[in-house]
Amino acid sequence: MQSLLRTVLTVCLLATAGAVAQIDTIQPPDMALPLAPPAPVSNLRAIDLDNDHGHAITLSWDLSPDDGAGLRNVIAYDVLRATSPGGEFTKVGAALPGQKTYNNVGSKEAESPDYMADHTDYYYRVDAVTPDSTIRSLSPVFGPVQSYGQWFNKGRVPVLVAVLFFGFLTVFFVTKAKKGGDLYVRPLSGIEAIDEAIGRATEMGKPILYVLGLGTAAEIATIASFTILGRVAKRVAEYQTHLIVPCYDPIVMTVAQETVKSAYMDAGRVDDYREEMVYFLTNSQFGYVGAVNGIMLRQLPATNVYMGKFFAESLILAETGALAGSIQIAGTDEVAQIPFFVVACDYTLIGEELYAASAYLGREPLLLGSLKAQDYAKAAVIILALIGAVALNVAAFSDVSWGMSFKELFKVAN
Amino acid sequence: MKRQIPILLVLVFGLFMVFQYFVPHESSEWIYEYLLDWITIIGVFALVLGIWSLFRVNYDKLRQHKPDRGYSVVLLISLFATICFGFLAKVDGSWGLHFSTTEGLQSYMYRHAYEYVIRPIQSTIFSLLAFFIASAAYRAFRARNVLATLLLAAALILMLRFNPYLGPLGDYVSNAANWLLNVPNLAAKRAIVIGIGLGMVATALKVILGIERSYMGKG
Repeated sequence: MQSLLRTVLTVCLLATAGAVAQIDTIQPPDMALPLAPPAPVSNLRAIDLDNDHGHAITLSWDLSPDDGAGLRNVIAYDVLRATSPGGEFTKVGAALPGQKTYNNVGSKEAESPDYMADHTDYYYRVDAVTPDSTIRSLSPVFGPVQSYGQWFNKGRVPVLVAVLFFGFLTVFFVTKAKKGGDLYVRPLSGIEAIDEAIGRATEMGKPILYVLGLGTAAEIATIASFTILGRVAKRVAEYQTHLIVPCYDPIVMTVAQETVKSAYMDAGRVDDYREEMVYFLTNSQFGYVGAVNGIMLRQLPATNVYMGKFFAESLILAETGALAGSIQIAGTDEVAQIPFFVVACDYTLIGEELYAASAYLGREPLLLGSLKAQDYAKAAVIILALIGAVALNVAAFSDVSWGMSFKELFKVAN
Repeated sequence: MKRQIPILLVLVFGLFMVFQYFVPHESSEWIYEYLLDWITIIGVFALVLGIWSLFRVNYDKLRQHKPDRGYSVVLLISLFATICFGFLAKVDGSWGLHFSTTEGLQSYMYRHAYEYVIRPIQSTIFSLLAFFIASAAYRAFRARNVLATLLLAAALILMLRFNPYLGPLGDYVSNAANWLLNVPNLAAKRAIVIGIGLGMVATALKVILGIERSYMGKG
């Protein structure tokens, strides 16, 4: 009975420490031995948690000799904090047996009960706890220690290097393009099909439906889609075809109206522009789908262009468009939706081709410059991936350490 | 000036967003959250523009006696009815229009319009996806050439994985399905994701440097 009670107590304490999921990996205390205070943890240290906004302190210690050995009666480490060495220590967290570190992450909101002030002295103690929580060993108090926010996240240096490298490539090729350098970019069938599709709509006397997706104006895919919309609208204005742009987001609608109007002005046909070409529908996902499907089935557009951010609605839209007999061109950066578009549309811009499309359509040297930078960056990624694959394989089959060091170079912290 | 000031604003805020990623300090977080609040505020004002646009397009359809004007009638009635339901509340034992009540959007009429009209319609449209997946799969999985046949075989293996009556073949099918998902599929997916990442950075740089101005209506 006593043994059963101890087991129940053990489980309860572990659950409190948030450790239920790892319960199988914990070595239970030796139930045959009577409970005695275990040896305390030693060498307790505490420093401000690095690369964060403050309000957090990281603790480390050497395990109690009775953790997994000796009396084997340590079932958790309680972390306690006070604002003075002799003050009242309050439990702020717990660590599993075998665990040598703990991050005491407090709230930054002063009203929160676990608020942790920056630039304030804190003192810590780590208790080795037995199944009977009253039988425990107190560590020496460590402190004072203060938390504070950092001005640079050192864990993100690899990202900074990559951004600087890519920024340099972009500026280099844009400058080259400005000077009139010849920049070859491979043709993309999906983009070339856009002109063909606009021509088809003109011949058939039917409208072109342009769907910007469900993204907001702050999303890169939507920004890329505005550029493509501008190109498409210019051709539509030149060919005097009808354009329909139903929008999901009112801000996107406002920007799209300006884009289309500007394209009509560039084409010298500003009189043909009407504001009702670009209009708001709803920002309910399936309400929007229902409305766009209705447009497809009633107005039977010759061409449907889907560019931007799409989610579960992608296939519903594209299949309805296929049923309506429209030529369909799609492009999205949502990896999960690309297969749906590939299956249901005539042409699909896969991934970064959406971003490349604006440069292809415009053929402006400045935009082609950035495209060229993208290609070189991809080449660099391929080379690094190959080196990484070789390095890790060599590290796996031999004692050389540089393979793992190479991997560490690319480790990014949150 | 009409173009230069927006470009300057985009440059300043764009660079701030880049720096913000590398600066974990609380001050940087505070400015970031402050800017996000502004996005919400702008969104609320833009919604008024959106509703006005929807109203005007449908009202014009009615005025010009366009063929599908029946749908516009339904839409306009639904739009105004839903707005009224939002304001309709029972205060002090009597029903009336109130701009501010403790019930807010939880008002009886609005909640019922949402739960018994809007939600079932949305669910119906979403459930169409199941049928569209079947029809799209039928078209995609026809063995027209070698590549399509490979796709068909891969799809069959993946679907068979969920069949509980495979007997001794179960482990082989499961391993093959896992291999398909974790090796060729994941390799292709990662390549696409890397390309997307670079494309996004390139587009963001173009916007920050003022090369890309489509957001200002200059395509």
